[in-house]
Amino acid sequence: MDSISISDVQHLAQLSNLSLSHDEAESLRTDLDKILKYIESLKELDTDGIEPTYQVTDLQNVYRDDEVIESGVEKSDLLKLAPDSNGDSIIVPKVL
Amino acid sequence: MSAIHDFLGKSARENVLNAIELVKNNEKYNSIIHITEKRALERAQKIENGEITGKLKGVPFIVKDNFLAFDGPTTAASKMLENFNSPIQASAVEKLEKEGAICIGKANLDAFAHGGSTENSAFGPTLNAFDKTRVAGGSSGGSAVSVALGIVPFALGSDTGGSIRQPASFNGVYGVKPTYGAISRYGVVAMASSTDTIGFFTTNANDADLLMNILTGKDTNDMTTIESFYNSNIENIGMKKIGIVKEFLEDGVDASVKDVVNKYIEKLESTGHIVEQISIPIVKYALAMYYIIVPAEVSSNLARYDGVRYGFRSKNIKNISDLYGMSRDEGFEIENKRRIMIGSYVLSSGFFDAYYLKAQKARTILINEFNKAFEKYDVLVGAVAPTTAFKLGENISEPVKMYMSDMLVVPASLAGLPSISVPAGLSTEGLPVGIQLIAKQKNDAILIALANQMEGQNV
Repeated sequence: MDSISISDVQHLAQLSNLSLSHDEAESLRTDLDKILKYIESLKELDTDGIEPTYQVTDLQNVYRDDEVIESGVEKSDLLKLAPDSNGDSIIVPKVL
Repeated sequence: MSAIHDFLGKSARENVLNAIELVKNNEKYNSIIHITEKRALERAQKIENGEITGKLKGVPFIVKDNFLAFDGPTTAASKMLENFNSPIQASAVEKLEKEGAICIGKANLDAFAHGGSTENSAFGPTLNAFDKTRVAGGSSGGSAVSVALGIVPFALGSDTGGSIRQPASFNGVYGVKPTYGAISRYGVVAMASSTDTIGFFTTNANDADLLMNILTGKDTNDMTTIESFYNSNIENIGMKKIGIVKEFLEDGVDASVKDVVNKYIEKLESTGHIVEQISIPIVKYALAMYYIIVPAEVSSNLARYDGVRYGFRSKNIKNISDLYGMSRDEGFEIENKRRIMIGSYVLSSGFFDAYYLKAQKARTILINEFNKAFEKYDVLVGAVAPTTAFKLGENISEPVKMYMSDMLVVPASLAGLPSISVPAGLSTEGLPVGIQLIAKQKNDAILIALANQMEGQNV
């Protein structure tokens, strides 16, 4: 694998919604490069014709009755957690 | 160290006050982020008034700070959640409280449980209970050290790829990672949903047995939980077929660790169990699988921390994209960012098949190999970690070296198998070494019964 570049790092940061500083991007470039080189080792393994495993229980489509279960949590409790709110809505900078 | 029965039948208030005093006396270890004194004393009062009773009446415990609990914030040891006061409690905490146990504090961890040393905490590292110049292990380092110091008889932790077993090994306590889905994850900060497992630390097998009986079972708030299967057989283990996994005691494992583990294995044999060696070559690839699958799930699970609805919001924002990007950059630790970005990489178009899909296929091979081994053996054994607790700072700037510390514990995680770390003895340097016992899914009781039998042998 080629080493990853600083612009690859910036692209990944963008995909991940992280506004990295320049120094941080440079140190992450070194780290990510080492990690990616390590996980490359999996390429040696022959996985042809093998089905992937995404979960390890044999549970599938677990349903419950379509009834409202009271959580005991009020809207006001949740609004209190927001970094900025006016008591009824969460406030963010203008989007459009 | 203390056991659960040391606290039963005593004054709940005294139990709480003594435990809190021990937290304060051991402050230098930094194992606790926050003491939940107010609620603990209120609950102690209710117990003394006879309003609450149960199998853990008045027993103090500590919970890793990625479990939602009342009386103070649930930080996940991150700046992101530094001031997050949860309106609900985790199901596991609720279950313990229903049996009369009293949570006295929240334990330190690697931020968002990303790490193997508890050095990635936004609140500073936890120090090893045996040697303050060494790491606690992680990510549940604060829970392990609190139990090892005798502050409480048990503590809750989470184990995604060894985060209970490895710190248990480093601090000489029992660390139980049950079968995937055995204990509800409701109210626990999600890391990697296909391997996140709730478990605990104790000082003996009997307490582990009791906690399995209390904590396991289906929870309608966590659809990945399975019906309670735990069948306590602690007094009646019988003769077991035990496979020593060759790859779990090979070159990468320090001689000082091997010596202690091998002595325990000899005891297993002299106790009458059949002990043979087995090779599971695929486990060598498990760490590479893990560092594809888990970051992928991490990048998805941590997308929710956006500075909008809860958690940290940067003060330096001008527009909505700053709100997301800067809040995440300032709120996450560097290891969180590494994992999120590796996850974004392996999931991005063009790389998905080569990394993520490949790893999930390799995972199938790993599970098949384990299944084959369990056709022959009841229990698989090996070291927990390749070393004893390493020095503070030793691996902090070398992420891959840090990840290596988990190479022997991630295989069971990827396969959803129950795996426990049992104190096996001390190295020549006087540091604790754990032995790892692994069984088939839902055979957790065999592991605890075996550990209990060996406890009687004074290993």
